[in-house]
Amino acid sequence: MLRIPCPYCGPRDETEFAYGGEAHIARPQNPATTTDADWADFLFMRKNPKGRHRERWMHARGCRQWFNVERDTVTHQIVTVYRMGEPPPETPR
Amino acid sequence: MADRTQWGSPLDAASWPPRGIFATVRFEERPFVGKLILRGSADTREFLDVSRAVLGFALPTTANTVAVDGDLAALWLGPREWMVTTTPEREADIAERLCRALVGQHAAVTDVSDGRTVIRLAGPSARDILMKGCPLDLHPREFVPGRCAQSQLARAQIILHQIDETPTYDLYVAPSFARYLWAWLVDAAAEYAIA
Repeated sequence: MLRIPCPYCGPRDETEFAYGGEAHIARPQNPATTTDADWADFLFMRKNPKGRHRERWMHARGCRQWFNVERDTVTHQIVTVYRMGEPPPETPR
Repeated sequence: MADRTQWGSPLDAASWPPRGIFATVRFEERPFVGKLILRGSADTREFLDVSRAVLGFALPTTANTVAVDGDLAALWLGPREWMVTTTPEREADIAERLCRALVGQHAAVTDVSDGRTVIRLAGPSARDILMKGCPLDLHPREFVPGRCAQSQLARAQIILHQIDETPTYDLYVAPSFARYLWAWLVDAAAEYAIA
């Protein structure tokens, strides 16, 4: 069980949240001129790192806001949490 | 508007005898409480000013807090979302006044009175009962009167509002979950039947 600090509501149990996959994946600006390879990369390719991972979460059973989390996939430590639209904070390794 | 009382409330005494009376806790339904969802930007001076003019008090901008004035209350549900509660039948009037005052603004008022019913839980054991099925930290150092939160109780989605230090709580739950939650509460309270 993770204890996730919602940037609006404070720390809550993982059961209140929904996972939204890897963060900071930008949709190609012009799909008409995007190659199949680039489109497939946008749609399907994800990092799946062992270590620090920036991902999206939503406080589904709370304030229903989306936000970003930087989490270590090995230790489950939550390094930082930041709101949608904010640049990822520099985090010491 | 449809007469809400004609079908009875989700925990109507006729179909569901109230049995929520225990030595150190009692609970009862508060049926037909008026509920409005008010959406707008807390960053906009105009929106906050207009809301205050209609409600008579400022919307709470601190997360998970409640502003109360007489029979009106505003619960913070999200950074751009509040629930305004009032006595039964008064919600239509308040909704209309809010709508009229907010014309031209990026805001929304929705009557959700039928979307949830309210169970009021009061007594020294109320906190212990909630702690059996709720992931929130309900310790009095953390969760105090005037606080609210959206969370889960026994896996049912709820809005919890602490009224006073008795402690008394108002539990907002969907009608379809009301009987389940009532049964869960009766079961959870069983051990407090003996004083």
